[in-house]
Amino acid sequence: MNLKLHVWRQAGPEDKGGFVTYQAEDISDHASFLEMLDVVNEGLIARGEEPIAFDHDCREGICGSCGFMINGQPHGPLQTTVCQLHMRTFEDGAELWLEPWRATAFPVVRDLVVDRAAFDRIIGAGGYISANTGSAPEANNIPVPKENADLAMDAAECIGCGACVAACPNASAMLFTGAKVSHLGLLPQGQAERDDRVLEMVLQHDEEGFGHCTMHGACQTACPKGIRVDWIARLNRDYRQAKTRRPGEAGLVGA
Amino acid sequence: MELNARIPSGPIQDKWTKHRFDLKLVNPANKRKYEIIVVGTGLAGGAAAATLAELGYNVRNFCFQDSARRAHSIAAQGGINAAKNYQGDGDSIYRLFYDTVKGGDFRAREANVHRLAEISLNIIDQCVAQGVPFAREYSGYLANRSFGGAQVSRTFYARGQTGQQLLLGAYQALMRQVAAGKVKMYTRHEMLDLVVIDGVARGIVTRDMLTGRIESHVADAVLLGTGGYSNVFYLSTNAKGSNVTAVWRAYKRGAGFANPCYTQIHPTSIPPSGDYQSKLTLMSESLRNDGRIWVPKQQGDRRAPHEIPDSERDYYLERYYPSFGNLAPRDIASRRAKEMVDEGRGVGPSGVGVYLDFRDAIQRLGRDVIADRYGNLFEMYRNITGDNPYEVPMRIYPAPHYTMGGLWVDYNLMTTVPGLFAIGEANFSDHGANRLGASALMQGLADGYFIVPLTVGDYLATAKPPTVDTSHAAFRDAEAEVARRQDALLSVNGSRSVSDFHRELGRLMWEYCGMARTADGLKLLLNRIPELREEFWRDVRVPGSGATLNQSLENAGRVADFLEFGELMALDALERDESAGGHFRVEHQTEEGEAKRNDERFSHVAVWEYREGAAPIRHEEPLEFEYVQLAQRSYK
Repeated sequence: MNLKLHVWRQAGPEDKGGFVTYQAEDISDHASFLEMLDVVNEGLIARGEEPIAFDHDCREGICGSCGFMINGQPHGPLQTTVCQLHMRTFEDGAELWLEPWRATAFPVVRDLVVDRAAFDRIIGAGGYISANTGSAPEANNIPVPKENADLAMDAAECIGCGACVAACPNASAMLFTGAKVSHLGLLPQGQAERDDRVLEMVLQHDEEGFGHCTMHGACQTACPKGIRVDWIARLNRDYRQAKTRRPGEAGLVGA
Repeated sequence: MELNARIPSGPIQDKWTKHRFDLKLVNPANKRKYEIIVVGTGLAGGAAAATLAELGYNVRNFCFQDSARRAHSIAAQGGINAAKNYQGDGDSIYRLFYDTVKGGDFRAREANVHRLAEISLNIIDQCVAQGVPFAREYSGYLANRSFGGAQVSRTFYARGQTGQQLLLGAYQALMRQVAAGKVKMYTRHEMLDLVVIDGVARGIVTRDMLTGRIESHVADAVLLGTGGYSNVFYLSTNAKGSNVTAVWRAYKRGAGFANPCYTQIHPTSIPPSGDYQSKLTLMSESLRNDGRIWVPKQQGDRRAPHEIPDSERDYYLERYYPSFGNLAPRDIASRRAKEMVDEGRGVGPSGVGVYLDFRDAIQRLGRDVIADRYGNLFEMYRNITGDNPYEVPMRIYPAPHYTMGGLWVDYNLMTTVPGLFAIGEANFSDHGANRLGASALMQGLADGYFIVPLTVGDYLATAKPPTVDTSHAAFRDAEAEVARRQDALLSVNGSRSVSDFHRELGRLMWEYCGMARTADGLKLLLNRIPELREEFWRDVRVPGSGATLNQSLENAGRVADFLEFGELMALDALERDESAGGHFRVEHQTEEGEAKRNDERFSHVAVWEYREGAAPIRHEEPLEFEYVQLAQRSYK
């Protein structure tokens, strides 16, 4: 199949950037979207041009490295990562616009590559259970109801790709933050730090420049892992509870 | 090169306990005076960096990805073994130890493996405390599944994303230490050289992948948790960025490289489909619990699978290995699949593949149970192939997946270069010639959480490394060498892309050093690789500059190293004139086609010493088996 690609090219963070049009020719419909870009890049290299930069690593939809906008949709038309999006999804002759994630908190590094370090800092603010190595009790001493364990796993499946932020009209990272707050908050091990966790993570989220959640729901639609807005509701509840128990402490949202 | 494994004396079950007591300690107040570099943020590197920081050391942690959470450990699917014996099915530390030594075809160190089995218990405790959402029973207790190479259920899992959840546990612990200021993270930094001063590892040289800046980092100890080298085959189940560079640089600075020919070909990957293909996708081995593997009895039978009646199907693993059946170890399952394809009984459009069929399991357990166990894997398969595995059997074929070889380490996980440690897949230590399923996660976390944080302390307390800084000539020289090499890659300006060379190397390695190896093929490979390397340096085209994000340049450096490493791998495969585990020399097989070891000549670890401008020297570390009786492996 053949496609027309309009790709955002930007040499570096300070560069203005703009769309450049390329033809993708003789692409197998079994190829993944990134394999299609590999073919385009091989052509660019052969012509002595610099290939399109995009983040990618595992190419099986789990590492969360890849992702960009295809025709205004994060990861394109299906609920999957671009490495797992296959060309059979598109019509022959399709015209596609590829852009990096759109969010102030994710500055563009080059072409389709953005800086998502803000996510690491949100986790560092409280997205963990403080269990130093060696301090753990016997694993089966703390039974966890299967229902909670399954729900926690649902939330924990987030791959941190950033599609939720890119989809959100407010560039909010509440789906990402809510998923981690919920994963840990659903487990007995996560109770001791539950209030601090939600307050600190939300504070960091806001400091990074992500917007507020207005329950638009675009994040859930874009998420390649089916992370649900339920986790944002849970985050909001935890946040209110923590604020009630700790008036005057950290946190900006709803203060 | 001296190979002192420093295995503690005494009965095997007491060695680690005794050794832990014998290890020298660093006083808590002094720990903050030491700087430790950890390269890699996977299960081994991430766990080590977090734990060393918890203990009070200053840690600098490097990864080439944009976040520590993206290390390739994240892609491990099936599970992690631990001898908890929660199922009461006769498991024990000793059984896990025994299974691992046997599964490795008697080419691993007994003492290391026993320690691994002991620590497996602590790992599960630690991960549960961190909030890893392992699968549970309705009682609220932890669930288990069985896995290849074992007759007990000892595998803990988090759906089909066990690696992801364990890695996120380690990553969260790591981010906690980053926020506390005890770990300084360097993402998008690639280690390009090791700096050795007075015979001791003292730091690394890195390239900042965003700015191109070449930087030196000094430390009192250096830990490499940089994974394996399956991408020497180009097509493998590894992430695109997985590479041999860090350990290869260390080898060229004096670290012995052990058993490079031990590679694992995983039996259940999605078959390749075209030239554009960039990687092979693994389907977790856990699928073999409920899926049955078969091919048509008739050669060239092109009927759709549901049109082939049971009487005309060959469930060959169940036929060959009645007691292990579809759960035979990976090397055996892979080789048998290749045999079926070679006999012309392969399935799918290319004929390169065998069926993995869930029809019977769905009939027995219902679609919901199967969906609960493997839902995401089924989805992934459907997504990639366009087929629905609930209705049509999966097609699978072996793919390079894991490498048992790596830097040689002693019992303390220290390489032949004092102060340089190798952990996780980057070392050679625990899996012998074949790794059992669900054991990689166990080893990565055992090394990272529970072993190296203690043994590094012993090294620091004993060696008391003197003060040096990055103005030392050795750092200057290493930086200059890294810059020279980078300039060389950028200035060739030839006609072929880096990937083109990588694909060619991969095809050669797969053909002659893959699932089955012959002396003739390996000799051919040893002639061809240096030619290809020469062509690479004469004709590669690396566009762009070194001063910005340049993915072609990053890849070029890695492929240049694979082009050197591939030769050592082939040489090791040629010299190991026996079959063992994943290393199958066609000349050495039993009448039943199983790998035939030669214990008299090869019951040792082969350790290669680099020499500049000369052939490497092969050393041997003899393996002694006091507890496990050497035997022809049998999974019948």
